[in-house]
Amino acid sequence: MLDFPRWKITSIVGLLAVLMALSIPSFFGETATSKWPIHPHVNLGLDLAGGSYLLLEGDIKDLQGSRLAAMRDSVQQEMRTDGSPIGIGDISIQGGKLSFMVRDVSQVDAARERLLKITGSGAGLSGQRDWDISVVDSTRFVLTPTEAGLQEAVKNAMADATEVVRRRIDALGTKEPTIVQEGTDRIVVQVPGLQNPQALKDLLGKTAKLEFKMVDVNADPAAIAKGIAPVGDEILPMADNPQQKIAVHRTTIISGDMLDDAQQKYDQNNQPDVVIRFNSEGGRRFAKVTQENVGKPFAIIVDNQVISYPRIDEPILGGTASISGGGFTVESANNLAIALRSGKLPVNLKVIEEHTVGAELGNDSIHAGIVASAIALAAVIVFMAVTYGRFGLYANLAVAINLFVILGLMALLNATLTLPGIAGFVLTIGTAVDANVLINERIREERRRGRNVVQSVELGYKEASRTIFEANVTHGIAGLIMLILGSGPIKGFAIVLLLGIATSVFTAVTFTRMLVAIWLRRNRPSEIHI
Amino acid sequence: MRLLKLVPDNTNIDFVRLRYIAFAVTTLLTIGAIALVFARGLNMGVDFEGGLMIEEHFQTAPPLDELRSTIDGLNVGDVALQPFGDPKVISIRLPQPPGTDEGRTNAVVKKVETAVAAKFPGAEFAKYDTVSGKVSDELIHRGIMAVLVAIFAIGLFAIFRFEWQFGISTVVAILHDVLMTLGFFALTQLQFDLNIVAAVLTIIGYSINDKIVIDDRIRENMRRYRKMEMREIVNLSVNETLPRTVMTSLTVILALGALLLFGGFVLHGFTAAMILGVIVGTYSSIYVSSSLLITLGLRAEPPEAKGKAAGKAERIRPQGE
Repeated sequence: MLDFPRWKITSIVGLLAVLMALSIPSFFGETATSKWPIHPHVNLGLDLAGGSYLLLEGDIKDLQGSRLAAMRDSVQQEMRTDGSPIGIGDISIQGGKLSFMVRDVSQVDAARERLLKITGSGAGLSGQRDWDISVVDSTRFVLTPTEAGLQEAVKNAMADATEVVRRRIDALGTKEPTIVQEGTDRIVVQVPGLQNPQALKDLLGKTAKLEFKMVDVNADPAAIAKGIAPVGDEILPMADNPQQKIAVHRTTIISGDMLDDAQQKYDQNNQPDVVIRFNSEGGRRFAKVTQENVGKPFAIIVDNQVISYPRIDEPILGGTASISGGGFTVESANNLAIALRSGKLPVNLKVIEEHTVGAELGNDSIHAGIVASAIALAAVIVFMAVTYGRFGLYANLAVAINLFVILGLMALLNATLTLPGIAGFVLTIGTAVDANVLINERIREERRRGRNVVQSVELGYKEASRTIFEANVTHGIAGLIMLILGSGPIKGFAIVLLLGIATSVFTAVTFTRMLVAIWLRRNRPSEIHI
Repeated sequence: MRLLKLVPDNTNIDFVRLRYIAFAVTTLLTIGAIALVFARGLNMGVDFEGGLMIEEHFQTAPPLDELRSTIDGLNVGDVALQPFGDPKVISIRLPQPPGTDEGRTNAVVKKVETAVAAKFPGAEFAKYDTVSGKVSDELIHRGIMAVLVAIFAIGLFAIFRFEWQFGISTVVAILHDVLMTLGFFALTQLQFDLNIVAAVLTIIGYSINDKIVIDDRIRENMRRYRKMEMREIVNLSVNETLPRTVMTSLTVILALGALLLFGGFVLHGFTAAMILGVIVGTYSSIYVSSSLLITLGLRAEPPEAKGKAAGKAERIRPQGE
């Protein structure tokens, strides 16, 4: 018991000093410490720092739909090209399947060849077929997306979507956003300090699918009003006036993938617009299309809404175009520019959970948390001192050190402190002394049984250690389950709790034992007040 | 220097004698708690019910009727108003707007904000939460899972480290603690949200801590006094650990009391649950889990089998002898 070699003392004190030192930068601002050689920080959760938490969910049904539509387009294109077109008809999407008919029975095998080319002959990305191809009634092809293929598509789409979301939020210029994918179809977005999440949500709610399509000038206005599209056309609403509908040819002449840049600028009437610059392929295509269609109007479509449908007065060869009209404000034009720049979302995202905390409430909470912790600590310190005297003081020192050690470890792990986390701190103060209470009560007991001072202390620590171990392991089980199964605030609480359990065993048992040993060795008391 | 002793030396209270009365009282209270939960229901927060909640800070405490009529005029569904500890802070609860279009939720939040700010100058939102029904179902599911898994894992640990009777008695006592906490929330209609689930899990952690300390002492005394009656061993162990039980409960309550009084209104429910949990947990350590050990027929093993069991126990001790 009394045998505490110097190296052991040095390493215990050293370790605690280092861990405590790690907590120091967290008491200063991020900017104040940025020049320090190392400056680990405890992150403040959104409930303390203020800011927004958004849980986004990808619309898988919609993704399935657009996957089928894309397959329909490539089937049509594939059958048409290659010098020897294969005549197909009656192409339709129904019940999650794509089907079409080959007009000439003798071309069924050739059609299958071409289908295999576009659906991937054997193994797709998933290592399995992405599409099942079957032929019914000898000429009707049915393409069914396989589960594995769909899963792969969802996986890719969500990974891309997370990237796009990140680019868009970065463009807003907010500080240290966190964007992580969760599960198969969700994205968690946390933006500290953001006071108005509206702009963010507007931005994320946009798919930003940009398409240029030719307007069908021959369509019957009465039919359009009734919503009956001529063959090969689709009817789209105007962005600024959804009642007004336009018929456009289904084929996309240019899409948003061919963009290099998009910026919000002002047009000749000083109205906000979005100027886009095509990449080389897009520029070539745009030049060709405008050359071929001088005098005809084309529609600029964003997310299936027509922004405007200008007439092509002359071929546009410079590779830039301006999107104006659509009732743009500077803000909405800027949002569209950001969205176009960052690429289109491969899947629609919906906000299914949102928490926004004002900065003021966060500050109040931090303040209240600090006051409560200080008062709790003071109360516990007085209580322990009057109950256990010197041994109580040792325990108090251990508890105080423990708080800084937890903070230091959290900074090292870059963990996040939340409001329930502060509650975790206060609770740790209460429970950390439990270990010392156990030890001290045991020492009192052993003294009463008539053992001498050194024996009592030794036995007190030894017997209590076993109990402390058992109790903390079970407590730790509860904490671990919170960390694994809990969500949001529960996790923040669990981190503090687990760290507190781990560190308090060290400070309350090892550290106080060292203090007691040093004191006993120096003074050799024949009686102790405990 | 005289030091404070909360529990006098050689205290010997016959806890076990009272156990039948205690069982009856505990059973009645538990049934009462369950009945309360079913009869009054829990005041579920948006986390678990879905919908949206705006927490609005006012310059002066607003008349609730006026605030209600302002929001009713917006035609955004049934509004529930609740002062949040501080009369200047009001939580405004609204159901999730119909349809899946998330733009609608934003629109509702904006509408309420504007109307309230126009009617009560200087009012501004402190926070707002919107949770869709789908997510709230998941959160409930995960919350229940976390609590059940925690209880199960702890019970398993107690069986592995001690005897099966300890596992059963601990699990029963913890279930009791959880049910009492739920009953408390049904009674007070304090808001039940994710934070409270964290509180419940902590109560479980604290309560098990308390029980393991007594269980550990019972095990120790079973080895020391092999011939002693089980009820005497339990009584002795509870009495021996009583100073520690009182001391620790008081320290934890002191710390939590500071949090309740000075920790701000956001944590009120959390802290209230914790304080109740400490009291209930301490009670159940003595009267539910320890007393149940006697009922379950735990007894010190006969000497010949004893050596083997003790040897095994020695090996898995954390610290070498």
